[in-house]
Amino acid sequence: MKRRNSLWLTAVVWAVYLFLHLPILVLVAFSFNQSKYSVTWTGFTLDWYRQLAERTDILRGLRASLIVGGASTVIAAVFGTMLALALARRRFPGRRALDGLLYLPIMTPEIIAGISLLSLFVTLKIPLGLTTIAIAHVAFNIGFVAIVVRARLEGMDRSLEEASLMLGADELTTFRRVTVPQLWPGILAGALLAFTMSFDDYVITSLVSGTGSSTLPVVVYSMVRRNVEPTVNAISTLILVATSLLIWAADRLSRERPPAGERSGDRRLSHPAPMARVK
Amino acid sequence: MPIVEFSRVAKSFGSTRAVDDLSFAIERGEFFSLLGPSGCGKTTTLRLLAGLEAADTGDIRIHGERANQIPPYERKLGMVFQSYALFPHLTVARNVAFGLERRQVPGREIPGRVARALETVRLEPAEFGPRRPIELSGGQRQRVALARALVLEPDILLLDEPLGAIDLKLRRAMQLELKQLNRSLGVTFVYVTHDQDEALAMSDRIAVMHGGRIVQIGSPAETYENPRTEFVATFIGESNLFSGHAIQRVGSEWEVASTLGTSFKVPHRAGLLPGTRVRIAVRPEWMNLFPADQVPAGENALTGIVEQVVYQGEMMRVIVMPAAGRPITVAVRNEGQLTRPLGWSVGDTVAACWRPEDAELLEEE
Repeated sequence: MKRRNSLWLTAVVWAVYLFLHLPILVLVAFSFNQSKYSVTWTGFTLDWYRQLAERTDILRGLRASLIVGGASTVIAAVFGTMLALALARRRFPGRRALDGLLYLPIMTPEIIAGISLLSLFVTLKIPLGLTTIAIAHVAFNIGFVAIVVRARLEGMDRSLEEASLMLGADELTTFRRVTVPQLWPGILAGALLAFTMSFDDYVITSLVSGTGSSTLPVVVYSMVRRNVEPTVNAISTLILVATSLLIWAADRLSRERPPAGERSGDRRLSHPAPMARVK
Repeated sequence: MPIVEFSRVAKSFGSTRAVDDLSFAIERGEFFSLLGPSGCGKTTTLRLLAGLEAADTGDIRIHGERANQIPPYERKLGMVFQSYALFPHLTVARNVAFGLERRQVPGREIPGRVARALETVRLEPAEFGPRRPIELSGGQRQRVALARALVLEPDILLLDEPLGAIDLKLRRAMQLELKQLNRSLGVTFVYVTHDQDEALAMSDRIAVMHGGRIVQIGSPAETYENPRTEFVATFIGESNLFSGHAIQRVGSEWEVASTLGTSFKVPHRAGLLPGTRVRIAVRPEWMNLFPADQVPAGENALTGIVEQVVYQGEMMRVIVMPAAGRPITVAVRNEGQLTRPLGWSVGDTVAACWRPEDAELLEEE
């Protein structure tokens, strides 16, 4: 009886994974398809990847994505880490409420986040462009960094910092020499995650990007609206590979052994990757 | 002048009084233990001394100087943490060098001092220096933590249950080593533990803590042999407790009517009056067993039935059930059960006897 149950369950698992990943596999496969009309397989080619190099609109989009991703990641990493430290270590009025609110930007539907940011920029008369995109991305990335760093902080032995104080290091030195090295894998994991989120984002970006300056997903989307070219499959495959690598790296980093080392029980640090955004 | 002095120190966390009206002094070079069950305030006391917690009220003096406002990194105290708190991202040598670097010790002096500190705790510098804490056993981490604190040559070393995570055999060996370090380096040790054996074995003086207060302070022999309260009598070692009312004074002794229906004698103490409630504690090893009709003259006796005989190697524990009240424990030296076996077996009627002066009069808590 038990054996049959588990067979049945295994079948369901395979079916679900097929359902989730088949479309992606089809997309990847057709990025290597010779036919311009991506319905039938006519032979293997790398032409579409070669053509990418000549598509100035795609290259401009890529450049914009890297700039926005880089800038928003660095800013979010700094402020997200500070936020995590404050929420984990300081006792101040309203801390618990703020702690809960940390998850709000992550759970807010993107369309709402996008519209609210757009109306903010319009109200403040900030011209739409790369700057507004970057600001918007910082807004949703801070939460991701803060949550990952916070998880790392919780696994960290407080007595490490106290030992440092007892050895004659003041608070600032202790922060630099003990706290930051312990948090570093968490900060890096949060940053990688943030970069991925920024690189992937379409909804918010399209709302706050204005005309002229667009990130890669927005460019790709406008291409698809005209017609699904095989180059779209090629760039999508590249984006898929790049973001998968980043997520994999972030996951590895955040699962690294907690800094206390001697703690019993492999306390895996949670990270928000599975909490995929409402797209 | 005491090297450390607490006067009327109190500390609360929220609505919990962790430490209450604490006053004591530690002399230079002393091995001073704070002993008590978890939650008694011993760790808070140590952290107040370290500067990791701030006292709500009262004065903490180090070297005679009020230290309440001095941050931990300027108190120049050594500390060994229960979790050892070795920096996982640094090698053993860098861990030990950490404090020297903070105190601006010239770079060329550091390797030598690190090596000497590792040798003091009997770790080979060349072998262990380059390792990471994760590659060490519990006992080795313990030694590194000790070396890291001692390399700064502190006058006072604070130790927070440093042997808690080590197995029994190694713990015994480390106890001796710590005591030896305390003697040879002349460093004052302030040692927090919940383990009475450890405190008795190492300390010059023990402060027994309970509910945020010190209930008794004294040498190991004083705390074990003259427990002042029921808590001390039962937390440190084992005690048989009896209570009753003083009846009358007979010479240097008082006759007490016990709640068990029998009467026994206790030594005279100031303040005893006819009718005073009396509680006494008798250590199991200060009692002896005799046939019920052969009680030695002048001794107190309680008759009962042998319920259990527990073999413990060097001692035998005999559990005797009196006609009323709780079972009492008598510890008898094992003189060899194969050659000279105990004369009592389960079911026998015996008299558990003790001399009046071997009973401790307890204060009300």
